Amino acid sequence: MQRIINNPDNIVDEMLKGFVKVHGDIVTTTDNPRVLKRVNIPGGKVGVVTGGGSGHKPAFIGYIGENLCDAVAVGEICSSPTAAAFLDAFRAADQGKGVACLYGNYSGDNMNVKMAVKMAQKEGLEVKTVVANDDVASAPKDQAEKRRGVAGEVLMWKAGGARAAEGGTLDEVIAAAQKAIDHTRSIGIGLTPCTLPAVGHPNFEIKPGTMEVGIGHHGEPGIEVCPLETAAQMAERMVQAVLPDYPFTAGDEVVVLVSGLGATPVMELYVLYDEIERLITGKGISIYRSYAGNYFTSLEMMGATLTVMKLDDELKRLVDRPCYSMGLKQK
Amino acid sequence: MKNSGGKPVLLKMVGAIQKNKDYLGEIDGLIGDGDHGMNMNKGFSLFEEEIAKKDISFTQGLNELGTLLFSRIGGSMGPIYGSIFTAMAEAGEGLDLIDAAGFAAMLDGGLKGLRDLVEAEVGDKTLIDTLAPANEALQRAVREGKSLAAALKDMKDAAEAGRDSTKDLVAKFGRSSRLGERSRGVLDAGAVSCCLILTSMAEGILEQAER
Repeated sequence: MQRIINNPDNIVDEMLKGFVKVHGDIVTTTDNPRVLKRVNIPGGKVGVVTGGGSGHKPAFIGYIGENLCDAVAVGEICSSPTAAAFLDAFRAADQGKGVACLYGNYSGDNMNVKMAVKMAQKEGLEVKTVVANDDVASAPKDQAEKRRGVAGEVLMWKAGGARAAEGGTLDEVIAAAQKAIDHTRSIGIGLTPCTLPAVGHPNFEIKPGTMEVGIGHHGEPGIEVCPLETAAQMAERMVQAVLPDYPFTAGDEVVVLVSGLGATPVMELYVLYDEIERLITGKGISIYRSYAGNYFTSLEMMGATLTVMKLDDELKRLVDRPCYSMGLKQK
Repeated sequence: MKNSGGKPVLLKMVGAIQKNKDYLGEIDGLIGDGDHGMNMNKGFSLFEEEIAKKDISFTQGLNELGTLLFSRIGGSMGPIYGSIFTAMAEAGEGLDLIDAAGFAAMLDGGLKGLRDLVEAEVGDKTLIDTLAPANEALQRAVREGKSLAAALKDMKDAAEAGRDSTKDLVAKFGRSSRLGERSRGVLDAGAVSCCLILTSMAEGILEQAER
């Protein structure tokens, strides 16, 4: 294992220390070592919270910032934060207008958020949730409630964070974030597995020369394992899986987000984007805004995810709103 | 067993988890992410430190263990075992004597606490496959007026059979449910740790009751 670590058991705490040192203009610590919050959260707005396991940088703490998230609960690598961490994140984000907790559909996160929301209610803090389920490969469309949340979460935070910054009520923020994720579909392709530093060996396998279509952020199995293809063929597969599911059709305006899974060179993401753009615009769908880079990763997995979100006037306005965080800076 | 004399039972549970840390990690690694042993060991060892110098009853200890799991152990196991132990403690609050009926009320409370949190049912390849039949056997034994020793034995037997039943099941809940058919043929790590906990609890209670 070729990694830059000390004691693997301390990697999350050490990463947080470094993160705060580098991004001290954006984030700050709280009394809970597993909760970071935004510096100077503006008063009188709905608080926006997310959280999840570690190893997905920039997610989740990389999306704390202006017009995005206000506080984030941090878990161990690939493991949900505690209920106590979510509760403390709610408290840190609360400005008296309620808190929107926007997170991904994983059983651990679901349980810990559920408990934290109950505890928050007991102290009179109103928290409402949106659960991202944009990964089309993780369950059939008629079981969409079982689908995982992947890189589409970035667009959910973008929309929810922007709506909160506009002064939206808790219900309006929740509605905007829910709309964003409902209009979003994603799929991933994995080329190599990833290794938890404390475990020391990959806990799933992708044989050299093959790729796994539909893989999850923790190596959850996908739809199909097949021989490695060219960027053009991968783009074709991804677009074929994502577009019909929503379905996105001619005349739609969309956001396209291509994220690396951690170890794929960023230049290859642009090669992939070029192919994806050609296929999507070829269907008469116009790309209003696009992103390519490492937005939501899985340690050192190689591969990429494609996320497409259909826009309406509200989502356009929210997506266009400037923001400033480690993971997303937009003028 | 006197509730106030329950600390050795708690320590016995801690010991069972510590001893099986690697085993739990191995089974979890087959269809999960391999961190079950590590997480359980971390939570129970932190609890051991916390109560080392304390005079603590069985129900107080369960409440403290559950609260610690909520606040220090994330993932799925923190909230799952946190709910079971705090709900057991709540159901047993005020008991001076943990007899068969008292313990049965506590375990029933623990299962209800878990069901408030998760929707998994028997057959979904989770620790419910251990806990639900174990609870059922214990309630039945109490209704039949069995002795503490006989009731605890029924519970243990049912827990073990429940644990073993997970081997041939396909996971329908939790992370391994993404594996579908690939999850068949392996025990569920949560069902195994739950069996360890129930078994050590039963043995500990009986030891203390016989003192």
